[in-house]
Parts: sequence; C-alpha cells; structure tokens
Amino acid sequence: MKLLEVKNLKKSFGKKEILKGISFNMDKSETIVVIGPSGTGKSTMLSCINMLTKPDSGEVLLEGEDLVKTKNIEKMRQKIGMVFQEFNLFNHLTVLDNVRIGPWKVKKISKDAATEIALKNLKKVGLEDRANAYPAELSGGQKQRVGIARALAMEPDLILFDEPTSALDPELVGEVLEVMKKLAQEGMTMLIVTHEMSFARDIADRIIFMENGYIVEEGTPDKILFHPEKDRTREFLAKFRRE
Amino acid sequence: MSHFLHVFIQGFPLLIGGLKFTLILASVSIVIGFIIGVFIAIERVYGRKISYGLSTAYVEIIRGTPLLVQLFILYFSLPQIGIHLSPLAAAIISFSLNSGAYQAEYIRGALQAVEKGQMRAALSLGMTKWQAVRMVILPQALRKVLPSWTNEFVYLIKYTSLAYLVGVPELTAQGEFFASRNFEFMNVFLSVALLYLIVIFIITWAFSAVEKRVRVPGI
Repeated sequence: MKLLEVKNLKKSFGKKEILKGISFNMDKSETIVVIGPSGTGKSTMLSCINMLTKPDSGEVLLEGEDLVKTKNIEKMRQKIGMVFQEFNLFNHLTVLDNVRIGPWKVKKISKDAATEIALKNLKKVGLEDRANAYPAELSGGQKQRVGIARALAMEPDLILFDEPTSALDPELVGEVLEVMKKLAQEGMTMLIVTHEMSFARDIADRIIFMENGYIVEEGTPDKILFHPEKDRTREFLAKFRRE
Repeated sequence: MSHFLHVFIQGFPLLIGGLKFTLILASVSIVIGFIIGVFIAIERVYGRKISYGLSTAYVEIIRGTPLLVQLFILYFSLPQIGIHLSPLAAAIISFSLNSGAYQAEYIRGALQAVEKGQMRAALSLGMTKWQAVRMVILPQALRKVLPSWTNEFVYLIKYTSLAYLVGVPELTAQGEFFASRNFEFMNVFLSVALLYLIVIFIITWAFSAVEKRVRVPGI
C-alpha cells in the first residue's frame, strides 16, 4: 500500500477554482518536490492534505485512511508534520517548548520523555544551544530549523514543506536546505513545495510540475528538469534558466 | 492642611470600611467579568453561528445601556417578578456582566491580533481547536491585552461608586454618610478621592510589574 494517495482533489475559493483534480501517490521514504508558477495551487494542495483547508471533493488516504472523511482529524494530523513558509513558531514559547509541546501536550507522553525527544531533534537541526531562546531572538534560518524540529518531534510519517525557504534572506537558505537534505537521506518522507530548482534536482526522487490547478507532468528530476515532455513545463523552466 | 488631616484621620475607620466594600466589588467583578470576557471573546472569534450570535447580542446589549440602569433593573425591577437580590449581590452581578462585555471586546481584539499562522501551526501538530486556543492563542492574546485590561480594572474601581445608589456601604457611600454628619464636604470628599487615587495607583503599578514579568520578546 502507498503511504499517501491523493485522488482527484478539488478546491474552489468562491468562483475561483484553485485545484481542478489533483491525483498522485507517495511511497514511504520518498521525497517529492512540487514546482510551478506562483498562484497555481501548490500551497493550497499541501494544506488540503492535512485538512487545514477542507477540499471540496476528492480523497486523501494516509495508509488507506481517508483524511477527508475521518472522524478524528487531530489524530491523523499527528502523523503529518508541516513546515510553513512563515515559520509560525509559537511566539510565547521558548525554542525547547516549541519543539516539545507536540509530544508532551498532544501525544501526552511524559514531560521528561518529550524534553528528550525535543533536545534530540534540536541537535539534529543544530540548535540545541538555543533551546532557551524565544523565536523573536532567532534568525530566519534558525526559526525555520526550529520549525522542522517541531515537526520532527511528533515523529510523523510524512512532512509537508510549504515553501520553507521563500521567506528567508538568500544567505540563510543554505542552512535550511542542508537540514532537509539530511532528512531525505535518513529516509524521512517529504512533500516539498519550493522554487529552489537545484535543490529539487539534488534531493527529489520525483518532481511534480503543477500549473493552473492541474498536475501537468511528473517524473524523475532528470526527466522533468532536463527532458520535459510538455511545452508548459519547458516554458516554466526556461524562465528559471534565464535567471 | 492640618484641619484636612484631622478630618481624614477622624473619618479614616469609616472610609476604610467603605474601601473594603469597594475593593470586594471591584475585584470579584473583574474576576467574574474576566471569565465571562474570555469565553464570550472566544465564541465571537471562533464560535459557530449560534454562539457567535448570542455572544454578540450580549456584548451589544450591555454596551448599549447605562451601567446604572442595569444595576437598577437588577435591584429595583427584579423584585417585581419575585427575584430579590441584596444590594451587594445586585452590584456584583451587574458590574460583572458589564465588565465581562467590555473585557470580551478587549480580548477579542487581542485574539484577532495573534497571527493566523499560529492557529494553523497548532492544528498541524494535531491539537484540537480548543487546545490551540488554550495553549497557543490565549497566552499570546492575554499578554497583548494586559495594558488595556489594567485600564478596565481602573474604570471598574471607579464605577463601583454607583453601588452607593442601591445602598452598598462602599467608599463613596461612607463619605457621603460621614460628610452629612459633620458638613465637612470639602475635606471628606477630598479624603475619599485621595483613597481612590492611592488604590488605583497601587493597582496600576502592580499590573505594570506583572506586564514586565510575563513579557516575552516579540509579543
């Protein structure tokens, strides 16, 4: 069985149809990168997977269980981490509390065990020495690494990354991508929306090119980035080449 | 000046007795009002249609009528339908309901000032909406609301003088009683004003200390 199956996902906001029938699958430990022009529904698609945005129709199956119809969405969300473009760290909590609040207050494991998990994951993202800082005291790159640690602390089956480096100054992008590369190598299942093409080439098992609410084309990085079949994919990539 | 001091000291036991009622009225009402305010604010921001409608109606009715009229309804009108309240109970209930509506508005503003992403992040961890409000949104909103909340407490202390009109022996009432015996209206009411001023100064100072203590960088 596939870890994640998305079937014919549709979503409109008012009269504007953002997702026009999105279908794809993910295996465990797979890294999929979603690329495409701005405003084509990539972020909406991510937030329809963990139901932060409720899709109008379609199915999202995590290990066979439909998240659209489930009675216990909170339980299902525990298995799906999410990393946000704007970090969304809890401003009133220290770095340590940001990371341990999930296992401690949501999974209800003991405070000591949650602290241990939090410190382990902070170490993984290289921020164990900032455990007592508040989010406002961190750089953007550090904030996003805490965001990743917070998602990891729930020990999810899958992590969704919604443009994780788009809000960062250029010199801070690298440290976040490094952490993500390491996670991919360790076998974390990741669905990443990004505009970082060379990162996509290095890290992705598959790339999905999305435009205008549809998946135009998907395949290996080599196929999508260097031998695309569709004109639309070629045109999109050409814009990046010129830069 | 020495005459003022003389009157002040002479009236002190009586006025302090009144001040005790003033503080009971204000502090009980602010606490009950706070609990009302938090729940009403949450319903107004996150509630479904019915609870949103009811809580909005509550706030509008309370804000749209004078506090003194609300107090009179509780104390003078309710007995006509068989509900008798003591002066203190009528005052506490009306001040709590009134303060609750105003606190709800302060807290609602603060809840809405917390960035939307905070709720999304909390839900993405698997929190229920209520857990997210309690553990993520409210702690930030209450920090934001603290300065205006202190203001509300100060207002409430002064509004408790209205309880005098239904016969609660609070500070203003005791002043009036004292002055009507010795006709020292100037010195007695200056004493009363001085006591209000001291209490409000202490409370303002205490809450700004609390504000500093719970301050978190970036909020």
